Amino acid sequence: MTTGAPDVVVVGAGIIGAACAYYAARAGLRVQVLDRGPVAGGTSSAGEGNLLVSDKPPGPELTLMLHSLRLWHELAGELGPERIEFEPKGGLVVAESADGLAGLTALAGEHRDAGVTATAVAADELSGYEPELAPGLAGGMHYPEDLQVQPMLATANLLRAARAAGAVVRTGVAVTDIVRSGDGGRVAGVRTAEGEVPTAAVVNAAGTWGGDVAALAGVPLPIAPRRGFILVTQPLPPNTIRHKVYAAEYTANVASDEVGLESSAVIESTRSGTVLIGASRERVGFDRTVALPVLRRLAAQAVAMFPFLARVAAIRSYTGFRPYCPDHLPVIGADPRVPGLYHACGHEGAGIGLAPATGALVAAALTGTPPSVDPAPFRPERFA
Amino acid sequence: MSGIFCGIGVCFGCLDTVDGEPNQRTCLVPARTETTSVAGHHDVAVVGAGPAGLAAAATAIRAGLDVVLLDSSPGPGGQYWRHRAGEPGPRAFRRLWSTVEDAYRPDTPVWFVEPGFRLHTPRGTVTADRLVLATGAYDRTLPFPGWDRPGVFTAGGAQAQLKGAGVRVGTRVVVAGAGPFLLPVAAGLAKAGARVVGVYEAGNPLGYLTRAGIAARKAPEAAWYAVRLARHRVPYHPGHAIVAAHGDPVSTVEAMRLDGTGRTKTVDCDALAVGWGFTPQLELPLALGCQTRLDTDGSLVVTVDATGQTSVPGVYAAGEVTGIGGAALAVAEGHLVGAALANQPPPRTLLSRRATLRRFATVMHTVHAPPGGWPEWLTGDTVVCRCERVPYSRIVDAVEELGATDGRTVKLFARPGMGWCQGRVCGFATAVLAARLSGRDVTAADVGAFAHRPLAQPVTLGQLAGGR
Repeated sequence: MTTGAPDVVVVGAGIIGAACAYYAARAGLRVQVLDRGPVAGGTSSAGEGNLLVSDKPPGPELTLMLHSLRLWHELAGELGPERIEFEPKGGLVVAESADGLAGLTALAGEHRDAGVTATAVAADELSGYEPELAPGLAGGMHYPEDLQVQPMLATANLLRAARAAGAVVRTGVAVTDIVRSGDGGRVAGVRTAEGEVPTAAVVNAAGTWGGDVAALAGVPLPIAPRRGFILVTQPLPPNTIRHKVYAAEYTANVASDEVGLESSAVIESTRSGTVLIGASRERVGFDRTVALPVLRRLAAQAVAMFPFLARVAAIRSYTGFRPYCPDHLPVIGADPRVPGLYHACGHEGAGIGLAPATGALVAAALTGTPPSVDPAPFRPERFA
Repeated sequence: MSGIFCGIGVCFGCLDTVDGEPNQRTCLVPARTETTSVAGHHDVAVVGAGPAGLAAAATAIRAGLDVVLLDSSPGPGGQYWRHRAGEPGPRAFRRLWSTVEDAYRPDTPVWFVEPGFRLHTPRGTVTADRLVLATGAYDRTLPFPGWDRPGVFTAGGAQAQLKGAGVRVGTRVVVAGAGPFLLPVAAGLAKAGARVVGVYEAGNPLGYLTRAGIAARKAPEAAWYAVRLARHRVPYHPGHAIVAAHGDPVSTVEAMRLDGTGRTKTVDCDALAVGWGFTPQLELPLALGCQTRLDTDGSLVVTVDATGQTSVPGVYAAGEVTGIGGAALAVAEGHLVGAALANQPPPRTLLSRRATLRRFATVMHTVHAPPGGWPEWLTGDTVVCRCERVPYSRIVDAVEELGATDGRTVKLFARPGMGWCQGRVCGFATAVLAARLSGRDVTAADVGAFAHRPLAQPVTLGQLAGGR
């Protein structure tokens, strides 16, 4: 362990905390990462590892994602693409109906204006992309920039690189309080079960639990859990499903403010041969009960898209809680209400993809260097 | 796939296409599978038709309750009372069977349980006001170099092949591991004409003598097996472990003295049957949120009161799922649960019998504990997870390079327990390795990380999609 007080304490050892630690350590700061649980123990280990531009309408999130994608390509080179199962496989969005296709085509037009590559795929060309797709689809859109990583390995390898740059990672250490100097003054340290850690800067990278960490410093953040289930199939031969394939309705589900259950098929294979089937969204608090009706719906949507899956076995399901913000944008940057407090949380289902750009923005804020992307849309005080 | 290993549908090593149906566990497939619907409502659903489930069902039925008895196997008896179709089975089994026969539903594995209670099976959905979980246990395995070769079986797998199909796993068989169960396995193989080259027991059964009062009840049974083994000239080697298997298929194994010298000798054989106690099948109690604990043998077990009530109202558990203790204890617990279901006071003789047998089980756990040094048998390329072919070196890497500190995180980083069997085979060992590499003792959370399986059995997406 390094001696002396860290310049910055990062609360959370998920993908966002790992990226913040990595970029801050690389910027020359002394970094300490604290997590009450293990590495990637929360939402980072409950998703698919989607790095998607295709599901983000033009706007600040897409801008952040495009920057993040460039950083992911750099990181893959640095961490080793095999070690994080970096797969630039591209996304294929498919529409069932003519209406769905019209919406998809309109969005793709906006995407192209924003610098995203999107290629229309006619109905009769779909099987060239995905031979097992159901017949009768209206058409689709190919997004070659979409890609995939194994999120737990990405988190662990980012943290490993951060450690190599001098960061200290302490898991199983819960932050119980954020200490402020004087009466409501700037951040002076964090309190943990293993003693106080003095520091002038705290990064709240606690994901779905980011509201709780903000509360320790006396400020509110409206982050709520948005539950999702994923089904995992038996291992299949490589390349049975080649792209990230999802239904055009998915983008609408992501952007929706609905509390009740919404789901649309998001399907991809992994390096190990299993196929992951998402994605459901519902706001039911931190209820971990496995809901069979949701699993049934995911299975039905997957079989409708890929009929061969009907005879494929599901061998596992898992559950997680996306960090949901009311405006579907993450919270990134210095909190003017508490000098020394920075946030990097609330990425909902896009945290793996947005992690590097988030980490780079936080590092820029910590060191006072100009940001690569305009951080204003993500400012923490915007909900007040 | 590695071929038959567990012999009882746990390891998924024997998957193949049968009659056009993919992914069938060939060790389980009967000549004919029951497909008629079992859908319907009952007062009580008992899951598992081994000693505990049969006893619970019999007592509840005699008290006038409407009971359904769901069994994943094609025939009743569980592992202990397994017998070939058409044969009457052991006497203790027959005493219960006549009462429960009409309530029995074979080929009915529960793949999902919902509160309330709804049990989803390939033969339809059963609903019940109360549940008895008597899902039993399967062999606990520890990895060692060569354990993934053809010719290596679990002790229970060797036994199941013999009892269920009349198949000997080899002609010159080594039986190894720890626990009293090795004796009937060796005796059964010898009686069936196999030459049992030796029984290599890691524990030292003299340990029972220091608890003579408790062991006295079990002495006649042990003596019976000792006579059997002597008659077949089966050498018995306490304080030994098989630490490596060579050949493809297996032709020799290495037996090590567990006296600290590390001395080994090579033993010729064409099959190895190895077991290190048992792992309870906890999918359903965990899915329902029943409280669990680590037992003295290191297994995760369901916490129950003296009558078998779990922490979830209306859910009872009996037999090995409440702690590994053998068939006699399972029967006593089953009858106690049956009495509780019928609102009868627990018979005092059963309570005292249960307490005595539970104390004996605790002694058994201590005497036959796996040697603490077993991870030292592993080499970097020893497969720990058979399904995903995860070598020990990748487990070490997950902890030392990637910062995993517990069973779940090792699973996420290195994939042990992520394959077809979902950690049923490697879960215990991987949990122990994760804790040991992290410099601490194994916890219930480490073991539990490999035991939570909301999908209690694989289910096709078509079946999942088609349900209501």
